[in-house]
Amino acid sequence: MEPHGFFTDTSVCIGCKACEVACKQWNQLPADGAYFSGRSYDNTMHLESTTWRHVAFLERSRQLSGQTTARPFSWLFLSDVCKHCNRAGCLEACPTGALVRTEFASVYLQPDVCNGCGYCVVACPFGVINRREDDGRAWKCTLCYDRQKVGLEPACAKTCPTDSIFFGPVGELQVRAQARLLELHRKGVHEARLYGMTELDQPGTEGLNAFFLLLDRPEAYNLPPEPRVPTKEVGRAWGMMGLAAAGMVAAAIAAVRAGGEK
Amino acid sequence: MAECHPVGFQWVMEAKRRGATIIHIDPRFTRTSAVSDIHVPIRAGSDIAFLGALVNYIISNDCWFREYVVNYTNASALISEDFQDTEDLDGLFSGWDPEKGQYDPKSWQYRGVEVSPAAGHREMFSGEPRSERGASITAEEHDPTLTDPKCVFQIVKRHYARYTPEVVQQACGIAPDLFLKVARALCDNSGLERTSAFCYAVGWTQHTVGVQFIRTAAIVQLLLGNIGRPGGGIMALRGHSSIQGSTDIPTLYNMLPGYLPMPKASYDTDLEKYIEYNRSASGWWSEFPKYIVSLLKAWYGNNASAVNDYCYNYLPHISGDHSHMVTVAAMADGFVKGYFVLGENPAVGSMNASLQRKGLRKLEWLVVRDFAPTETAEFWRSAPEVVAGDVKPEEIATEVFFFPCAAHTEKDGSFTNTQRLLQWHHKAIEPPGDCRSELHFVYHLGKRLKELYRDSPDSKDHPIRDLAWNYREIGEIQEPDAEEVLAEINGHSLPDEKPLSAYTELNEDGSTACGCWIYCGCRKDGVNQTARRTPKDEQDWVALEWGWAWPANRRMLYNRASADPEGKPWSQRKKYVWWDPEQKKWTGYDNPDCIATRPPEYRPPEGAQGIDTLSGIDPFIMQAEGKGWLYDPSGLLDGPLPTHYEPQESVLKNPLYGQQCNPARLEWVRRDNPYHKAWGDPRYPFIATTYRVTEHHTAGGMSRWLPWLNELQPEMFVEVSPELAGLRGLENGGWATVSTIRGEIEARVLVTERLQPLVVQGQVMHQVGIPYHWSYVGRSTGDAANELTAFVADPNVSIEESKAFSVQIVAGRRASRRRAGAVGPLAAPEPGQEDGGEPSRDLPEVRTKKPATHGERSGRQQQTEEA
Amino acid sequence: MAADSSKIPAWPAWRQLANGDPVGLGASAFSPRSRALKARINEADRAVGSVCPYCGVGCGQQVYVKDGKILDIEGDYDSPISRGCLCPKGAATMQLVTGTHRVKTVLYRRPYGTRWEEIPLERALDLVARRVQKTRDDTWEDQHEKGHPLRRTLGIASLGGATLDNEENYLIKKLFSSLGVVQVENQARI
Repeated sequence: MEPHGFFTDTSVCIGCKACEVACKQWNQLPADGAYFSGRSYDNTMHLESTTWRHVAFLERSRQLSGQTTARPFSWLFLSDVCKHCNRAGCLEACPTGALVRTEFASVYLQPDVCNGCGYCVVACPFGVINRREDDGRAWKCTLCYDRQKVGLEPACAKTCPTDSIFFGPVGELQVRAQARLLELHRKGVHEARLYGMTELDQPGTEGLNAFFLLLDRPEAYNLPPEPRVPTKEVGRAWGMMGLAAAGMVAAAIAAVRAGGEK
Repeated sequence: MAECHPVGFQWVMEAKRRGATIIHIDPRFTRTSAVSDIHVPIRAGSDIAFLGALVNYIISNDCWFREYVVNYTNASALISEDFQDTEDLDGLFSGWDPEKGQYDPKSWQYRGVEVSPAAGHREMFSGEPRSERGASITAEEHDPTLTDPKCVFQIVKRHYARYTPEVVQQACGIAPDLFLKVARALCDNSGLERTSAFCYAVGWTQHTVGVQFIRTAAIVQLLLGNIGRPGGGIMALRGHSSIQGSTDIPTLYNMLPGYLPMPKASYDTDLEKYIEYNRSASGWWSEFPKYIVSLLKAWYGNNASAVNDYCYNYLPHISGDHSHMVTVAAMADGFVKGYFVLGENPAVGSMNASLQRKGLRKLEWLVVRDFAPTETAEFWRSAPEVVAGDVKPEEIATEVFFFPCAAHTEKDGSFTNTQRLLQWHHKAIEPPGDCRSELHFVYHLGKRLKELYRDSPDSKDHPIRDLAWNYREIGEIQEPDAEEVLAEINGHSLPDEKPLSAYTELNEDGSTACGCWIYCGCRKDGVNQTARRTPKDEQDWVALEWGWAWPANRRMLYNRASADPEGKPWSQRKKYVWWDPEQKKWTGYDNPDCIATRPPEYRPPEGAQGIDTLSGIDPFIMQAEGKGWLYDPSGLLDGPLPTHYEPQESVLKNPLYGQQCNPARLEWVRRDNPYHKAWGDPRYPFIATTYRVTEHHTAGGMSRWLPWLNELQPEMFVEVSPELAGLRGLENGGWATVSTIRGEIEARVLVTERLQPLVVQGQVMHQVGIPYHWSYVGRSTGDAANELTAFVADPNVSIEESKAFSVQIVAGRRASRRRAGAVGPLAAPEPGQEDGGEPSRDLPEVRTKKPATHGERSGRQQQTEEA
Repeated sequence: MAADSSKIPAWPAWRQLANGDPVGLGASAFSPRSRALKARINEADRAVGSVCPYCGVGCGQQVYVKDGKILDIEGDYDSPISRGCLCPKGAATMQLVTGTHRVKTVLYRRPYGTRWEEIPLERALDLVARRVQKTRDDTWEDQHEKGHPLRRTLGIASLGGATLDNEENYLIKKLFSSLGVVQVENQARI
């Protein structure tokens, strides 16, 4: 099966939050509660164990290229989601096998296996995965694995009115994203850029199966500019540990020998 | 549009993808502005100045579509010599009667002719009723060169000559270069090869000049040739699933189904007179008798016959205005005893919420039907004035019945969407508990009333006894069969009861019955056409096999205008319907909106009658003369041409005229509905506008109970610019108190550059944005925006002004729960105000008009006398 | 790529090797639940064609039903209006129609009362019919003093219709007009 994922094109997002609700509806997730943030129209603030799509709102005192406004201002939206990294920290940190890579290359959390240890939570460089307080287990976007298995597209992509969220084979999404980027650049929207599309773009995750087209720096949307999954370091860490162990053995032998010579 | 109709907005994004320029004009920078090419912040309520300047730009830069304008509009018609423009009379048209506070439209007419307006508008005229039978277009005088100073084109040109980019700056706070950018984009994208569309919602309608806002857009679009052509038009984005349907089959006081007027008490005393006053000699309304007789046959069945005027005298008669606010004022005065509120929440969604609740307190009984008890159902226990102690539940006599409603998934039925498309929703499951559809409620209420009146000899009870009220009852809950009701609406022949397929089959001799003539054909061949769901991929883009659009499954009105006078498409790019000379008929992607076999070269012979008067180049067939009206000689109460007037409560003196406000506006001058000064009221120095946000729906009955939506917008808030926040010490995320003389509300503050001060006439104007979804019950509560607003309305359709008024805003939670509806004005009138002192809304000669002329209609006595 | 569980013994290490999944992050780690997972609408008895009840756009909806219960409501791909999309309100329709906020009995507040009481539906309908009759009879205006007919009551009014079906509006207008109620209004003017 080909890898499938999301291409989220923020340049056509209208911030309607249909994706947030459609996700909750399909996955029957509870509301997070009522909290007035005072931060533009963003009152859910970030991805949570019960919010698997989250729309970020970015008000800037700066014009967007190609747009005419009475004063320098623009309003950007981004529908954030689990990135389903090619090299997934959560997956590699999970000691129980609750997190698995599916036949669609997405990272799926099996709720019936998860024991709530929380190792995955700290292993995600995006802060996507979290535990639910009511049941203790970790939860995140499944890329609608249940729907994909019967050939349906994920609920958020289906409901998105402006096709800001596009679902499909990752290869096709990459072609689409490149074309869209070129089109925007041709129209003078030079600030458009892709985020995490390939391993080259984002070595720390080896590329994302859910990648983005942004109209500002990733940090502006609260995305890490250079995410690195912690387990990327594991190989080197093991090597260093090996070295250290060897050193300690050597030191011990040396010590024994030295002792023997007494 | 992205805010309130996100899925409809996908088509705007599709157009943008294909190269369209998206222009958004709104006081606020919204989710629509975010993806538009141009955002133009405008002072709320100043749109006619802006649109009028577009008219001026189009004419003075010669951007108008000459062939379209000459052939399809009334540009060449000559107007009465007596006509005087607002330019001549400082903001008034000729015919103003300061005593009555009304216009006499006689001097606005075509030279030597009285043109019949569309049915349903007659009752609005002042003066004596006139028979329209003599109206005839042959007497018209035209100047096809459009140069006669008294022709419509020249009158329009002069009327808007002063609406310059500089005036736009003076009235709207928009810089001339920004205005010119919009004007150029609009003109560059209109013409043979290109069309432009206007989309609007209640931001345009809810003003004392609401109807004239839309009229100005119509003038712009007619001049540019953008009506009746693909990609053109003026689209009303309607806010409820069947708000179009509830206008077509009107739960409105002044109409019967299919835009037939309700009988007027002193004029339409019998069927003959009703037809005489409402039938048009020319144009499609000449078919009027067929529609009313067929309706009466549908309602009273075999009891209706030629002998008894088809039971015409069973219909109640109206006298004057019985619209919502008039009714509520009458309720507050104790004239209305019983009230049904069906899926609506006026204690939140209607103007001056405390006056609404005062009305509810004075009722003997109230029925509310909704998912859960709304603010309207709970007015007696948790309203602000109850919390404040000004009103006590133990003193409220109203008996309240709350009936839980069935959801759309629990009943069969059709909605009519914003594009006139009827779509059927099928019942999926049974309603829970005692939840029932409105169909069930009304049907069973009717059955009970028929039983109660069964043996009554009183003639007043005959309409109930003779009412055709037999519908199949389905299942344990005895739900009436909705499709049988649809079949009655569609109509059938008599006595064989065969379903009709088009309104052209209707007769005036009682041989057809039809509940709503414009819906005739929706159950053609006995098949529910509204339930058709041929997938979009299996048909062309017009999608004629998805649902059913009135009239005649026509998807675009006036589409005859998509072809040139000879019947050929204006361009290949914009072809839609056209004349096929070989088949000798109109054809194309859609059902043509004209007589299909009438060739373009047809001209009515001398003495032609009825629909024979429509020539081959008359796309606007509902008009008596078949032309689009740049100038409206008789249809409106506040003037033949849109003119810039300030809102009832403005921060500015009218920059164009001495007349400040729409002279014909409806006011309710009463202690429970006080107004601010006309402009420059120092106590209320800021402009306010109300609106919806994507995450909630209207007065909240379908959204504030849903956690999934509440978490997205959890609390009542107001939006202010950083400049206003600085001026008033408002903190983002903190609290503010917004007040008018009618009420005070508390709300969280969003400080945002999406709102910006405008510089108008050298003054800095601040606008406050107020969403109106919240109120005191539900799972997400907050103060209601409509505690602030007033009863004041447009004269043509009695729509309120909620989109522009003046307020005060201060930091902190300082609102009292006191309301004008309970305790009278919250602030003392300004010195000089009691005697109608300066500043005045009306020119001196108008000031003699008695205040509250329209408001006093609310009493039963006056209403009766009105007739 | 999903493992065929029938042929491979359940012992995890053996599954890992047999599946070519030596690190155990793929198919070999799948629980029986994950392997059997399917979209719940696959279990639906039927999908019922519907229309979104919120704004005037008229987006198509599909209502998935099983055993008389709603499993799911989503957009209808076939609709030329909405192409499968719904906005946040439309997407929340399932909560609107199945939520715990819905009241399922008739509530009654007596004059001067301070609380709601539950009453049976049939009785409530009887009471309302009698109220209508009494108010209508008390406030009937048959004729104007000048002699022309009025045939109406201004004692009763009705508000609502924009969220209702055409058939419902039709019966409201038909019944109320025949009762002589002229003050019939709805959101279209508001």
